[in-house]
Amino acid sequence: MTASLAFSNLACVRGGRVLFKGLNATLGRGDALLLTGPNGVGKSSLLRLIAGLLPAYAGTLTFEGRLALSDENPALDPRLPLAKALGYWAGMDGTGPMAVSAALEALDMTRLAEVPVRLLSTGQRRRANLARVLASGADIWLLDEPGNGLDTASLALLERAIAAHRAKGGIVVVASHQPLGLLDAQTLALEAAE
Amino acid sequence: MKAFLAILGRDLRLSLGSGGIGLPVVFFLLVATLYPFAVGPDGALLAKTGGGVLWVAALLAALLPIDRLIAPDAEAGVLDQYAVRGVGEEMIAAAKITAHWIGFGPPLMLAAIPASAMLRLDGETLAAVELGLLAGTPGLAALGVMVASLTAGLRRGGALAGLLMLPLAIPLIIFGAGSIGDFGGGALRFLAASSLFLVAVAPFAAGAGIRALRE
Repeated sequence: MTASLAFSNLACVRGGRVLFKGLNATLGRGDALLLTGPNGVGKSSLLRLIAGLLPAYAGTLTFEGRLALSDENPALDPRLPLAKALGYWAGMDGTGPMAVSAALEALDMTRLAEVPVRLLSTGQRRRANLARVLASGADIWLLDEPGNGLDTASLALLERAIAAHRAKGGIVVVASHQPLGLLDAQTLALEAAE
Repeated sequence: MKAFLAILGRDLRLSLGSGGIGLPVVFFLLVATLYPFAVGPDGALLAKTGGGVLWVAALLAALLPIDRLIAPDAEAGVLDQYAVRGVGEEMIAAAKITAHWIGFGPPLMLAAIPASAMLRLDGETLAAVELGLLAGTPGLAALGVMVASLTAGLRRGGALAGLLMLPLAIPLIIFGAGSIGDFGGGALRFLAASSLFLVAVAPFAAGAGIRALRE
């Protein structure tokens, strides 16, 4: 993987209000960036901005590699069995069923593969959301509160998956309240803009 | 192209699974059944007005699935995931229009056959209705997806969608119903032209609507 992600002097305006401004970061192979700060400070907006879902008000953003985003929306068809629902996105990403079973394996969800998404619990849905990112084969992971609703065992699996992704040269950007075991990650503390 | 086919396949599967195809057809047949009860069993009157009734029924049937077209995908984050993967909004809209048309155009054309029997339409009129539906339903599908994407972000968007869509469908219904008694084919050509215009414009309008949903 030759992933890179850099932004400088990044600003975001939503609803006529400055959410943040002057944000800088440079990430290379295997780097991780942890976004911290109080609610409503723009962590999710920054992730959506990097993902291309929001326009930047000012500043520059460059990246190399494919992106994958995990936010609070599952984007999985509730009626389909989990593996099929994930398979839809894996097919679009060009990775296929092998990547899906590997992702389910990594998050200890293999036995849920045939269970319809609507029957999954909140925490399982959260893990399914992360499995979609794992199965995407993307170079840059954008994770919005990935630890929400996860039990201790699942949290450990998530940390291991992130570590494995970074070891392969991938980049992770995480917005999280919970302390996640990210080895030598850069931290970007967002503050409320006046 | 791969994304287009994937989205088309998914939307078709969803409309098949949720009874999205059956509902407009049942509604269409219901109108055709109720109309003779309302105006009486006068065969000549039914045959004279039946074609127009089928067009009104087709238009209202096209309205039924509108709140399923865009809003659930927007809420579930599916549209965001397309965007992260770099799938163009116009492409999404075009795929959704195609899927929506397959889901209600051909089924309505099939349903028009029993409906025409209930309305005492002769074979010639039925042929004109079928030809008109073939030309007009793509326009209705395009209009449906366009209006659905513009109202997806609103509460009670479904009711507003009807108010928005029906006036825009007036050319289709005028030329559609007009094509029945008109053997010169002029109305059918106007119908096809209005339908083509909507099909050409809708992906861009709906694409802009989908982009605006992210804000």
